[in-house]
Amino acid sequence: METLKEQKKETKSPTTIRMSGAEAIIHCLLAEGVDLLYGYPGGAIMPVYDELYKFQDKLTHVLTRHEQGATHAAQGYARVTGKVGVAMATSGPGATNLVTGLADAQIDSTPMVCITGQVPRHLLGSDAFQETDIIGISTPVTKWNHQVTNVEEIPEVMAKAFYIARSGRPGPVLVDITKNAQFDELDFSYEHCTGVRSYKPVPKPSMEAIKAAAELINNAKKPFIVFGQGVIIGEAEEELKALVEKAGIPAAWTVLGLSAMDTDHPLNVGMVGMHGNYGPNILTNECDLLIAIGMRFDDRVTGSLDTYAKQAKVIHFEIDPAEVNKNVPADVAVLGNSKETLSLLLPKINENSHEEWHNQFKEKYKIEYDAVIKEELHPTKNGLTMAEVIKEINIATGHKAVIVSDVGQHQMIACRYAKFKQSKSNITSGGLGTMGFALPAAIGAKMGAMDREVVAIIGDGGYQMTIQELGTIFQNKTPVKIVVLNNGHLGMVRQWQELFFESRYASTVMSNPNFVKIAEGYDITAKKVTERKDLKATVEEMIASKDAYFLEVAVEKEDNVFPMIPSGASVSDIRLK
Amino acid sequence: MEKQWFTISVYSENNVGLLNRISGIFLKRHINIESLNVSKSEIENVSKFTIVVNTNEDWTKNIVRQIEKQIEVIKAFYHNDDDIIYQESALFKIASHLLFDERQIQNIIKESNSQIVTVSRDFFVLAKTGRRHEIDEMHDELEPFGIMQFVRSGRLAVTKAKMPITTILNDFYQDK
Repeated sequence: METLKEQKKETKSPTTIRMSGAEAIIHCLLAEGVDLLYGYPGGAIMPVYDELYKFQDKLTHVLTRHEQGATHAAQGYARVTGKVGVAMATSGPGATNLVTGLADAQIDSTPMVCITGQVPRHLLGSDAFQETDIIGISTPVTKWNHQVTNVEEIPEVMAKAFYIARSGRPGPVLVDITKNAQFDELDFSYEHCTGVRSYKPVPKPSMEAIKAAAELINNAKKPFIVFGQGVIIGEAEEELKALVEKAGIPAAWTVLGLSAMDTDHPLNVGMVGMHGNYGPNILTNECDLLIAIGMRFDDRVTGSLDTYAKQAKVIHFEIDPAEVNKNVPADVAVLGNSKETLSLLLPKINENSHEEWHNQFKEKYKIEYDAVIKEELHPTKNGLTMAEVIKEINIATGHKAVIVSDVGQHQMIACRYAKFKQSKSNITSGGLGTMGFALPAAIGAKMGAMDREVVAIIGDGGYQMTIQELGTIFQNKTPVKIVVLNNGHLGMVRQWQELFFESRYASTVMSNPNFVKIAEGYDITAKKVTERKDLKATVEEMIASKDAYFLEVAVEKEDNVFPMIPSGASVSDIRLK
Repeated sequence: MEKQWFTISVYSENNVGLLNRISGIFLKRHINIESLNVSKSEIENVSKFTIVVNTNEDWTKNIVRQIEKQIEVIKAFYHNDDDIIYQESALFKIASHLLFDERQIQNIIKESNSQIVTVSRDFFVLAKTGRRHEIDEMHDELEPFGIMQFVRSGRLAVTKAKMPITTILNDFYQDK
């Protein structure tokens, strides 16, 4: 593959230093601005760890308790900072343990570089100890991957890895480096990669498409914006807000788009999708123009495609041409980076307000408030609800916290009720739905934003999938706040069993250990709340704490998340109960 | 949507692992690759994949975009049979004595426009280039006499329209 760097090589010869491949890897990381990485050592990556030891004043390596934890921590770091997260592992099981994190980063467009050690070149293909074909295994879950068997390749491949991970639609890249290439020496020099000839990260926006989009927007009577993570990755938050305000268009978020716009903005009308808000879902099928910005029409957003927004014209702002017309046909596709395309669009947009249309969202919200939200936030029953816990966290943090949620009922409740003022603040496993994501991701998020409050919201099921990362918090004294909403069930699956499998609770009842004692074993201050009267004060105490804090809240065992669009149903068929 | 035959051409860098990455896109959608050919192309250091699938046009469009999205793919296209000139090649290994014992075989060789590639004491080899159905017909005609070995290549295709690969590559260098 030809890169631009190769071209330059012919014209200038930079100064070189003789060093080992392992040391070269460290210099590559430093050159890419990496100062923090997550990982776990082992045989085939030991030469690199030896160099990490020597460079510990410049590069902090955080030892997680499992390689999966390293990937999710790197993801949390990447999502909160917008920078590339880095994870490292050895060959064989070390490498295969990265796969879930890679798949998660791939589907949620998270920039991450994973470096794995590999058996020496002469042993490749021989079923050597801890040999696994991680290139073959990781191919479907990486944006790019490459095996380095020759030390000379290291600088170029590392430069390319970072360039590919962060450019265009970001994603995970895996570089597998054989042990001989780590030991061998090269004359090291480093040049950043600025282009790969077969790869076009950002399509050039077409002015015709922009004009066509503007015309549709200016003529629409009932326009509706759905914004996704493309706004956050493209850092187009201001442009989105300007568009929404200038044209007076109600806007709703996807799970990953959440926090791109102040949740209290009057035109921010809530969440779309399976457990989204009533108005945005129902009115998707009543708008005359659907403006999708940086989102990919996931099935959890659209429900049945046969009945999704058929009445509306569709404008799709998207950086990845493979997403256009994949699920929902676009009348106008505006390709490009969202910041650039929205900036080009804005001057062509007429000032407008769609008060009557906006009122329909307010009316629908009132229906949802009376049927669902009121009881969730201000329960009249004895048992605690997940939503009231989120509400207390909102109040205690002043809407300024980074909320890292796991997967399941608590995740949907967090996405529905958490309040955000700042972008890059909602970190969750959206596309892959990886239980166990939140605890390690919160560690990475905190390390990426030490000045911010980071609160992990986790269910009792997901918590136990990566609970070993309490060890990472203990060792690094990472001041994350951990909230386990314990309903003694795998709640979301139990909800489906109740609704669609006649309440046959197959393997969804959890017998849980004493979580407080476990946290205390790691020297983390821990409390359990079982009654409403203690909730507010304990949440306040947790947020006020300068150190890590564990809070378990015993919530109602069999609460369901509503509204809900049953799997495969139309957005119009959203159920309030 | 109706299933049809589509030929997909992929221009790419010549890299280890890319075939795996491309075939994975078909695997994900449970689509069988009916034929596959990889070779060098008209441009130096650029490889060309020619892939034949039987599926609907919407899926083909999506697949082509997902192939093109791969870092090492320069450009991917899909074509109907009308858009391309295409051929396949086949080799037939047949026992030599049949050439003399079965007069019909000589007629088949003549009528099918195939060539005798080699003749030895025990066997001879016929090469046939043509459309799939022509090769199938020849196979059916020879089968009753006994075919020792048979192999057919993937589809080879060139498009009637121009392929702007060189322009794409030149644009890349100019943009930078």
